Amino acid sequence: MSLQSFINRAISPWMQEEGPEHDIVLSTRIRLARNFADVPFPLMAREDQLEHVRDRLKHEFEGKTFLDNESLEYFNMRDLSSNESQVLTEKHLISPFLVERSKESAVLLSQNERVSLMINEEDHIRMQLYFPGLQLESGLEKAFKFDDWLEETIDFAFDEHRGYLTSCPTNVGTGLRASVMLHLPALTLTQKIGKMMPAINQLGFVVRGTYGEGTEALGNIYQLSNQVTLGRSEEDIIQDLNSVVTKLIERERYARNLLVEQSEYRLEDRIFRSYGILKHSRIMESKEAAKCLSDLRLGIDVGFINHLSTSILNELMVLTQPAFLQQYAKQPLSAEKRDVKRASIIRERLNLEEA
Amino acid sequence: MECSICNMRPATLHLTNYLNGHKSEVHVCHECALEHGYIEKHDEPYTIHDLLSGLFHHEYGAHSQPTQPSHTPHAESCPNCQMTYQQFVNTGKFGCAYCYDTFSQHLNPILRRVHSGNVEHVGKVPERQHVHLQKKRVIQSYREQLNQLIQDEEFEEAARVRDKIKALENGEDHREDERGADE
Repeated sequence: MSLQSFINRAISPWMQEEGPEHDIVLSTRIRLARNFADVPFPLMAREDQLEHVRDRLKHEFEGKTFLDNESLEYFNMRDLSSNESQVLTEKHLISPFLVERSKESAVLLSQNERVSLMINEEDHIRMQLYFPGLQLESGLEKAFKFDDWLEETIDFAFDEHRGYLTSCPTNVGTGLRASVMLHLPALTLTQKIGKMMPAINQLGFVVRGTYGEGTEALGNIYQLSNQVTLGRSEEDIIQDLNSVVTKLIERERYARNLLVEQSEYRLEDRIFRSYGILKHSRIMESKEAAKCLSDLRLGIDVGFINHLSTSILNELMVLTQPAFLQQYAKQPLSAEKRDVKRASIIRERLNLEEA
Repeated sequence: MECSICNMRPATLHLTNYLNGHKSEVHVCHECALEHGYIEKHDEPYTIHDLLSGLFHHEYGAHSQPTQPSHTPHAESCPNCQMTYQQFVNTGKFGCAYCYDTFSQHLNPILRRVHSGNVEHVGKVPERQHVHLQKKRVIQSYREQLNQLIQDEEFEEAARVRDKIKALENGEDHREDERGADE
């Protein structure tokens, strides 16, 4: 299998599976940060030391299979074109910072895209495991197994009092960042989400938009993750996060029901307008696409639309990102050309569903 | 909307503060924002590391505590990776595992702020490297169980847990014990 297969498919195979609470939770990600005990962190390491880290991980894990995942493929980031790197970033398989450090960095990807192990990012190792729907507890279990598997051969930087040592003090201890991607159109529409954020922050969690910048959440897709990594066990962190997510799901469902009951035709009208725009537009900016796709997905979830698959939001949000559009066009595109390409890809994709 | 400080230029920065559940909003123009320190002249976006290094400066920066006159943190550097204290403050990141020792005296206040008052790890332990630590923790959790069982007057179960602790303390591998329990 080559890099191209990772680049060509817009959504990872696991995204097509329907996980628990899939009407609201798009995906769960568990990330663990680890470092080699005997090598300075990437910030202070010499080139040859970082090369040692890459070689060691490549040698130990390339082509190996972990649990039910297909085998791991190894790529040096410097061998990827900038558009290829951006595509992997848009799929959230790697971070922008890994691309920034592409002279020294690398990645191990499982063929089914459930596991991504970034090498020489801010830490030597950032392993990420992805799951459809809400699967924090089983996700953590799998991540622990993966971590144990690595630890069979790699000595990690660890201190009895501080835990797993990381370059940034915000990650020390567990090195765990658990995050859940949520589609919250009703809480956004009723402006409830902003009011819930302070309370969520006080519990040591942070909510932000997955796409878009600052507080804006394009497509009403939010990412909820833990901030505290020290002084609490991974299980406790996950449990608390799970209860916050459960609360959010409850509120979102309640708000959706209320909207359906009280808005009479207005919600239905809004959804079908968006559907019309997606189906017939010739020029589509990313913001408008995100808004309409969110409406469409809500329409599917509340039952106004029942001939489209639910993975359409996830898929088209990724498919209509700039690097993907250029990948499909097989050439660099100006912003305006991208808007045209975006509109046409969405039309094609919807036609495919309706056929 | 006009800037609420100069009342002349349009407000381009909108801040919402949440403090103890109270919400307050500030709308200011770029110039006033710079002047009043809401933003800094900075080409790059503000990152978590800028924020962190702000914390470090706050702790031991320009206004360092006069109660510690002999304290000269700027001379320190890590013997392993050569990171200096100044570099550590500027980046808000450590250079290697040994930096945690080198800069340990500055660490607790920072960790407390970042991690809701916590400074000690209580989670996962790399088993192969730290067999003894893992064992210590297993014994610790058995002890807690034991106390609870005694309180609940579950003496038979308590005796079993006590035997497990004894066995571990006499050198038995805790992993053997776990495997045994699985079967």
